[in-house]
Amino acid sequence: MWPLIKILPVKTNFRFVAFAKYAGVASVLAAVASLFLALYPLTPPCGGLNCGIDFTGGTLLEISTAPKAVDLAAVRSELGDMDLGDVQVQAFGAPTSALVRFQTPEGESSEQAIAEVKTALSGALGEVVFAKTEVVGPKVSGELFQSGLLALGVAIGLMMLYIWFRFELQFGIGAVVGLFHDVILAFGFIALFDLEFSLTTIAAILTIIGYSMNDTVVVFDRLRENLRKFKKMPLAEVIDLTINETLSRTVITGLTAILALTGLALFGGPTLFAFSVIMIFGVVIGTYSSIYVAAPVILLWGVKRGDEEAEPLPVRA
Amino acid sequence: MMTLSRWKIIAVVLAAIFGVLFSVPNMLSQQTLESMPGFFPRQQLNLGLDLQGGSHLLLEVDTEALRAERLVNTLEDTRVTLNGEGIAFSELRQQGGEITLRTTDPAQRDAAVQVLRNTLGVVLAGTTGGRDITVRNEGEAGIRIAFVEDAMNAEAAKAVEQSIEIIRRRIDELGTREPTIIRQGVDRIVVQAPGESDPERLKNVIGQTAKLTFQMVDEGADMAAAAEGRAPPGSEVLPSEDGLTPFIVVRRRALVSGEMLTDASQGFDAQTGEAVVNFRFNSIGARRFGEATAENIGQRFAIVLDGKVISAPVIRSAITGGNGQISGSFTPESANDLAVLLRAGALPAPLTVEEQRTVGAELGADAVRAGQISTGIAFVTILVFMVLAYGGLFGGISVVALLVNALLIFAIMSLTQATLTLPGIAGLILTLAVAVDANVLIYERMRDEIRAGRTAIAAMDAGFSKAMSSIIDANVTTILAALIMFQFGSGPVRGFAWTLSIGVLTSVFTAVLVTQVLLALWFRAARPKTLPIV
Repeated sequence: MWPLIKILPVKTNFRFVAFAKYAGVASVLAAVASLFLALYPLTPPCGGLNCGIDFTGGTLLEISTAPKAVDLAAVRSELGDMDLGDVQVQAFGAPTSALVRFQTPEGESSEQAIAEVKTALSGALGEVVFAKTEVVGPKVSGELFQSGLLALGVAIGLMMLYIWFRFELQFGIGAVVGLFHDVILAFGFIALFDLEFSLTTIAAILTIIGYSMNDTVVVFDRLRENLRKFKKMPLAEVIDLTINETLSRTVITGLTAILALTGLALFGGPTLFAFSVIMIFGVVIGTYSSIYVAAPVILLWGVKRGDEEAEPLPVRA
Repeated sequence: MMTLSRWKIIAVVLAAIFGVLFSVPNMLSQQTLESMPGFFPRQQLNLGLDLQGGSHLLLEVDTEALRAERLVNTLEDTRVTLNGEGIAFSELRQQGGEITLRTTDPAQRDAAVQVLRNTLGVVLAGTTGGRDITVRNEGEAGIRIAFVEDAMNAEAAKAVEQSIEIIRRRIDELGTREPTIIRQGVDRIVVQAPGESDPERLKNVIGQTAKLTFQMVDEGADMAAAAEGRAPPGSEVLPSEDGLTPFIVVRRRALVSGEMLTDASQGFDAQTGEAVVNFRFNSIGARRFGEATAENIGQRFAIVLDGKVISAPVIRSAITGGNGQISGSFTPESANDLAVLLRAGALPAPLTVEEQRTVGAELGADAVRAGQISTGIAFVTILVFMVLAYGGLFGGISVVALLVNALLIFAIMSLTQATLTLPGIAGLILTLAVAVDANVLIYERMRDEIRAGRTAIAAMDAGFSKAMSSIIDANVTTILAALIMFQFGSGPVRGFAWTLSIGVLTSVFTAVLVTQVLLALWFRAARPKTLPIV
């Protein structure tokens, strides 16, 4: 029994490609749903996402009333009458901590607003520790939002170039479709669970892009090798063979990453919780897309094999 | 591949020694570190502000305000100059960053242009009499006064430089430890101050322009008009913070200003015991102040800070010694802060806080603890998983490689003093998880090759050489993602990208080379017929 790797069948013969059609439909549906969740309502800048102050501008305070629990209702009612725009109060990690977000009122400096809020909170809650203060001005928040989106765009573009350069155009297209799939679903995930969309979230998504590519590249590498080795085998069968051959690696690496990230989500504290959960989702979805999105796209497109052009095969159900 | 060349062993051993030597300081207390011999490295991980607590401020120099001020001053200069020459004019106004006017008598237009050209603005360095202001004669349309764009930009750039210098002086005076002050872009300044206990005070000290002037009070002004914000020509209405009146009308012309101070300190008034700021003028300031007070005994003058009157005392006698005292509603701390500001000098333009991120030291310590725990748990999880999956030998070897990897990451982070942030810890954990990927790729290749009927040695050889291209490709993509984060990200995200990049480089090294050397040693000792992972 031990080592466990021996349990894994020596050679798997899953017919992945046979299910590609259904997987494709599911992926398209999931992507459409994700886009809807992330974009609707179309309010700038973040649409359906729970926009953090990084992108909306405003002030975020982390307060702690340890050892007492924070009286969230009191905080809400106290700040509700202060004309602070969209005030958001939420519990954060332990019940003794909370996050307060608000906008700076027109014609007032953020310093004044913070001072007023601090006074009001100290009055309402007694002893309050202000553990963290973040202020993002309107100019900077716009810039952060732009550069965040730009970073995502540049990342996807660079990955495409790299794949195109290392493999062929068809592989590049497959990889990019997979990448878009992963990024869109990640946005859907963030919207669905109302996780905060901030700079850190963008970092998590960029990491997902890196991981997803990592996974796709390993599959593609083997695919290219097999295409050379089995020149006469139909494309669909080569893809099946490739995915089966890389399956144990895909599973083991994915599991390791998920195990490590779960530790981070459970013990890394509230700040890193959302970050790790998004990445866990990304690892799962990246693994899935390497098998069911990137490779089947190549099947749809056909690919150059040695001298003769392989005819695009209909997906066999 | 499996032939054990000497340089590979040497490289692995050296890397291990390097890793241990440079990561060990992180496990020692400050005291133990100091008692170590001289060659011993002392650098510990450089924790980001989110882990050690502190403030990050992004300030913008309001260069628009600088231009606006320049415009108002030039308007005033134009009025004074033409009045002095006895040239009558009308419609003197500013619009779109320029000043326009008409001379009442068109025949005097040329004379007006000539005198304005010779007096307005300053002569630019490196030119023969060229000025930073142009005066154009537009015939019937009147006279148009504009600023030379390049000169304005140069002035704005200089204002940013000066602001950095002044901020540095102010923060040094506060005694904040190791502040970082750097310029960002054209008109922005980043200030990072670890461990400042009161970020609001820091912000106040940095953000205040601290422009101090002494101006005569215009006692003859119509108070009803002043209440509506209107003041006689040459005077202005300023809000007052002396607690007696809400506003005071003062003469625009400053008797003396803050640049003429040589020293300022916090003290207490001998009679009232109130906190005050004591100051001393330089010789020019002392003379001017002496003359002005001698001429105006019995009248009031206003002490104006950043457009607000702090107090407006009555001049009882000429003040000639060059020493003075500012009283107002000060606490000892606020008086001390004002003294600091006056000593460091006024900012050439107002600063606005565009971004602030402050983390309390306690929260930072919590984050460090959480990071340590989760890194430890992640490491143990990966260790157990790899040994379970690949057995004591192959799993164990990958764990040793991972350990060397972790040591190398800590060593390089400590040596380069790269900043470790909270997301950076997440990057570290992810790196550890993905680092075993290279091992997995190699092992899975070996399994394939054994199944294809190769001997153990041939399978091991092929495992390494065939997995290489996948390993390289897979890691290049991660590096690309990290580089983009580094390019576009700020603070904590950059820390994450940096940790990820270091981790990728070290993990390729350890997963390939360390694993190879260990496997080769095992092979030489055991001479196995097959591999224990099939």
